[in-house]
Amino acid sequence: MKKTALTLAAFAVMASGAMAQDVVRIGTEGAYPPWNFINDNNEIVGFEIDLGNEICRRAELNCEWVLNDWDTIIPNLVSGNYDVIMAGMSITEARAEVISFSENYLPSDPSAYMALAGTDESVIEGGVIAVQSNTVQAGLVADSDADGMEFPTPDETISAVRNQEADAVLADKNFLAPYVADSGGELVFIGEDLYPGEGTGAGFRQSDNELRETFTAIIMEMREDGSINALIEEWFGDGIAQF
Amino acid sequence: MFSFCTDPSTLPQWQWFACYLTTATHFAFYRSFLMVILLLAITAPLALGMGLLGAMATRSRIWPVSWLGKGYVSIVRGVPDIVFFMFVPIALGQGIEWVFHHIQCPDWDQPIRQGNDFIVCREAKVPPVGAPAWVRNVYAFGMAVVAFALVFGAFAANTLYGAMQAIPRAQVETAEAYGMTRTQAFRRIIMPQMWVYALPGLSNIWQILIKATPLLFLLGLQDAVYWARELGGQKTSLYTYPPPDWRVWYFLVLLCFYLFLTWGSERIFARLNTRLSRGQATAAGERMRKAAA
Repeated sequence: MKKTALTLAAFAVMASGAMAQDVVRIGTEGAYPPWNFINDNNEIVGFEIDLGNEICRRAELNCEWVLNDWDTIIPNLVSGNYDVIMAGMSITEARAEVISFSENYLPSDPSAYMALAGTDESVIEGGVIAVQSNTVQAGLVADSDADGMEFPTPDETISAVRNQEADAVLADKNFLAPYVADSGGELVFIGEDLYPGEGTGAGFRQSDNELRETFTAIIMEMREDGSINALIEEWFGDGIAQF
Repeated sequence: MFSFCTDPSTLPQWQWFACYLTTATHFAFYRSFLMVILLLAITAPLALGMGLLGAMATRSRIWPVSWLGKGYVSIVRGVPDIVFFMFVPIALGQGIEWVFHHIQCPDWDQPIRQGNDFIVCREAKVPPVGAPAWVRNVYAFGMAVVAFALVFGAFAANTLYGAMQAIPRAQVETAEAYGMTRTQAFRRIIMPQMWVYALPGLSNIWQILIKATPLLFLLGLQDAVYWARELGGQKTSLYTYPPPDWRVWYFLVLLCFYLFLTWGSERIFARLNTRLSRGQATAAGERMRKAAA
C-alpha cells in the first residue's frame, strides 16, 4: 500500500515536471468560416486552427480542439471543460468581466451590413437586421433603432436575408465577404463599416494567468515576426487589416 | 470516396452528387442517426426504471421515501426540459469533480470557486486530463443519457403511479385475505396488471422522447439536426462542395426519419397493447375474450 502511494507520488512529481507537455484544450465554434469551420473532410480548419496550432507548437503545448455551441462557449470555459476559447471572439468589456483575454491576434475588424442588391440604406436605421445572438453585432443592433432578429448560428443570418425575413445582416465583414463574392451581384454591402470591439483575442479563465501570458507572449512574437500577417493573408486574402 | 472525386468542380451532375453525398461530413451526418437511435435504446429502459422507482417511492408508507418520490416527480415535471439539459451536464459534471477533488487532493489550499471559475486539481478532472477523444464523447453521451432519463423518468413515474392506482382495490384486498404481504401483493397482483393502464401514457412519453433528441446538441453532441443545419446552410467557395441553401432537403430527410421512427413505434405499441389486454378485465380484454369464444 505504502509502495503504491510512493509510486503515485512519484508519478505526480513527474506529471508536474511534464507540465510543458500538458494537454491544452481549445474550444471553438466550428461554424464560422474562415475563422474556424468544419471542412468537407470533417476536420476543424481555419485561420484560428492554424494560429492555435502554431502557438501550441512554439509553446511546446499539446493542444486539442473541442467543438462547442456558441451560446454556451463561455460557461463551458469557466467550468473547466476546456482551457482556451479561440472562436472569432471580439474583446469587449462585457465579456472581460467574466473571462480574461490575451492580446488580440486579429486587429479590430470591420463589421458590415449585407443585403440583397437594391435594398435601400435606410433599413439600417429602421429595418429588420439579422445578427447572431451574443455577438458584438447583436449588441450594436440592440442599441440602434433597427429591429434585431437573432439567430444561434451565423449560417442562419445569411439565409434570413436571402429569403427576405430580414432586410440586412450585420456581421464581421470578413465573414460576409465570400458570400458577396460568390453571389454574383445578388448580395451587396450597404452603408458604412463599423468598428466595434478591440480586435479578436483568445479567452481564458480569469484565474488562469499563466496560460494567458504564454499565449500573449507568443501572439506578440508572431505579430512582430510577421507570421500572423502571413496567416491572415492566407485565410482572409488581401484588403484586410494586418498588424 | 470514389476515384473520380479529385476535382469536383469539373464533374457531371450525377458524379458530383455521388461525391458530395459521400464526404466525411455526410458520413458523420449518417452516423448521427445511429447515435439518436442508440440514445433512445439506452434512455428508454433507464427512464422506465427511474419511473418505476419514482412511482414505488411515491406509494411508500415510509414518509421520507414517499416525499422523495413526490419531490422528484413534481420538481422535474415543473421545470422546463431545456433548463434541465443545460443544468444537469454542468452541475453533475462539477459535482463529480468536486467529490473527486475532496478525495484525491485533501491538501489543496485554493478555493474551488474563484469568481466565475470552477477549479479543481488535475487529478480530479473527469474525464482525466489527456483522455482520448472517444472517452470524452462517451462521457458526454453518458451525461445526455442521465439528463434524459431524469426528465423522462419523472413523467413515467407519474404515469406508472396512476396505473398502479387503477388496479381495483378489491383484488389487492383479496390477495391480502389469502395472506400475502404488501410486497407480495404488489409483485403478484399490481405489477403484472398495471401495464395495460400505463401503456397509453408511456407511449406518449416515448414519442415525446423521440422528438426531444435534437436537444442533444445543447449537450455538446452532434446529432442529426445539428448536421442537417450545418450541411444544409449555404456554403462559400472555401468548401470543396459549395452548394446553395439546401436546408429544405436536409430537413425533409429529418422529417422522414422522425416520422418513420414514430410510425414504427406506434405499430409496436399497438401490438403491445393487444398482448397486454389479453385476459384483462378491461373493455379491450373483454372484447378479445368474446371474439375468441
